[in-house]
Amino acid sequence: MAAVLLSVNQVSKSYAARLAVDAVSFQVLQGQTIGLIGPNGAGKSTTVGMICGLLRPDSGSITMDGQPITQGPSAAKQKIGFVPQDLALYEDLPAIENLKLFGALYGLKGDLLKQRCEQALALVNLADRAKDKPSTFSGGMKRRLNIAAALLHDPQLLILDEPTVGVDPQSRNAIFDTLETLKAQGRSLIYTSHYMEEVERLADHIVIIDHGKVLADETPAALYQRLPAQAALRAELAAEPSAALLSGLQAQPGVTAVERDGNALNIGLTDAVHAAPVLAWLAAQPGSSLLHFATAKTSLENIFLNLTGRSLRD
Amino acid sequence: MTALIALIRKDLILYVNDKRALLLHLLMPVVLAAFFGSLFGGGSEAKTSKIEVGLVLLDQSDSGKKIADGLKADSSLKITELSDAEAQSQVREGKLPVAVVIPQGFGERAGDALFGGRDKPQIPLYYDPSQSTMLAMVKGLLTQQVMQVTTASMMSSNGSQVTDKQMARLRDSDASDTEKAQVGEFLGSLKKFQDQRATSAETKAAGSKASTGMSVPYTTQDRALSSGPKYNGYAHSFAGMGVQFILFMGIDMGIGILLARRLGIWNRLLAAPVSLTTVLMGRAVSGALIAMGLMCAMFLCAMLIFKVEISSLAGFLGIALCFSLMTAAFGLLIAAFGKTPEAARGIAVFATLIMVMLGGAWVPSFIFPEWVQTITLVVPTRWAIDGFDAVTWRGLGMAGAIGPMAVQLGFAVVFGGLAIWKFVRDQHK
Repeated sequence: MAAVLLSVNQVSKSYAARLAVDAVSFQVLQGQTIGLIGPNGAGKSTTVGMICGLLRPDSGSITMDGQPITQGPSAAKQKIGFVPQDLALYEDLPAIENLKLFGALYGLKGDLLKQRCEQALALVNLADRAKDKPSTFSGGMKRRLNIAAALLHDPQLLILDEPTVGVDPQSRNAIFDTLETLKAQGRSLIYTSHYMEEVERLADHIVIIDHGKVLADETPAALYQRLPAQAALRAELAAEPSAALLSGLQAQPGVTAVERDGNALNIGLTDAVHAAPVLAWLAAQPGSSLLHFATAKTSLENIFLNLTGRSLRD
Repeated sequence: MTALIALIRKDLILYVNDKRALLLHLLMPVVLAAFFGSLFGGGSEAKTSKIEVGLVLLDQSDSGKKIADGLKADSSLKITELSDAEAQSQVREGKLPVAVVIPQGFGERAGDALFGGRDKPQIPLYYDPSQSTMLAMVKGLLTQQVMQVTTASMMSSNGSQVTDKQMARLRDSDASDTEKAQVGEFLGSLKKFQDQRATSAETKAAGSKASTGMSVPYTTQDRALSSGPKYNGYAHSFAGMGVQFILFMGIDMGIGILLARRLGIWNRLLAAPVSLTTVLMGRAVSGALIAMGLMCAMFLCAMLIFKVEISSLAGFLGIALCFSLMTAAFGLLIAAFGKTPEAARGIAVFATLIMVMLGGAWVPSFIFPEWVQTITLVVPTRWAIDGFDAVTWRGLGMAGAIGPMAVQLGFAVVFGGLAIWKFVRDQHK
């Protein structure tokens, strides 16, 4: 088993009377990508702020590679790269100068600093814009530079707080290519987002947080196992289905739930592989002319809904 | 490159690249200082402006003409002869601050009134009520001319007839015998003196232009005193405008921190393994360097273009450095206590304008009421401007700079200490 890189232990944080983070605990292993998900106000940013040493926990502890993370200069912070949700760049400072600044804050200097800046710019495909100011960049390019600024000191853990906000699909794909490269290099990532498809694409472990508490801390597969239905099938019939058809359908292998919606049926399946036999069974039933059908995989959105009773974007 | 140097370097690059800020902080003060400097006397060679005075000369006697000639010869006045109606009209319209009327027979009646004190002739003075200070100055210069001409006339042979009249009046007066005897003795001596002058004048034919008796018993020798170079109005103006616009730069510096907080850059800086104090120090040092550079550049312009002389380079650099540190600390204070960039800017600009006004940046502080002048001693700008005055045209050297430097440093420590205390307190919340 991989070594524990980051350990968050029973961390709490209050703002006046409001408890923003309530005894949160989770771990990040070496090379692991954690998806930290939750709606606005769930406590994600406060948790990330404490991991980055920007906020002081009221109680609990956070260690990075065994060293405590504190405000101010700590050795643990040297191992973390932080990509804030905001475009935290000096818009009127050339891209290369932005990188030199952030590299120098982590103790880089001379040729090594120059080399790391060039590597980071190349990784995010901005090598040809090194001398240009971010104020002349597109939103996607700024996001990529925002990531590059966090990579200069070769951190073991990269924390990305909603790095694709306000980015067009093409730029989003470019960012994902970069992150997948980093992941392939064995770097650990914490990725917070509202977009479940992004988290599903990257994360091999998911922490769901709401009202300051951790609701789930599992692999995606284990999370899906929590749901009775892993896939869904919607079938539209020519006529309203009979009660006999519904009970017969319920008895088919792999069917977890059947719900009538006018002439249509919403069918829950334990796995998508059961969709074809169920459709064949439906088509064979007398008086059930099948007009259309569609299949869908259950998403993290459904899991979140199942856990909290509300949508992620509420 | 250490973190601190990187932070300072970043700010310097950003500032130099910001042409708008450079224009505001360097060019504007030079232009305004040139303007204010010319208003307050300009260079040491500049001539003082004359008071324009209208003169209505109705007394064509020798004395009347001499008074008019004396007024015209005064370097402080610019005399224009007018009719009475013209004089009144021009004063009413604000074209002249003061007009003097020398009435018919004034010279003779003034001589009569010199000893008796009765039936004093009047000189009508028309003045613009918005320029009443001019009235006092013109009155003083007029008194000087009238006394000089009247006494000279009385001491000459021409005054003999007036003395005869005075003696006749004395005989008919109700004065006591003792008083009559004393004044009569004085007038008799005067008459004798006047008669001797007449005889002497006949023998010497042309007569002498030398003193003819009583005159104003002094003349003035005007010397502008300072320990250093001649007074140069531009030196004070450059100090005032420099202080004002560099404080504006300090405000921009503080607002920059608030914007960095809003944009998330502040968090990114603090996520690095550097202390809050390092980040704040980086901003303060870069702010102080920019302020110092601006002040030196401004005074270089003042020296090259307006011939301002720096009498103590060490004193100047010391004052500039301490003021720059105070400015940087002022910027941090704005950032520490400002809630939003917009609100902080409004309050800070207001506070700065009050400080520079009280500090004497716009007009010299001596024209303020005494209680205001006392209050200005707790305003850092007053000390900065006094310090720059001390090391430029006053020529007081390092000795004159040490006090203002110490006060500036004191303010820097207080402002900076308060700012860091607030930042640290907020960080620990």
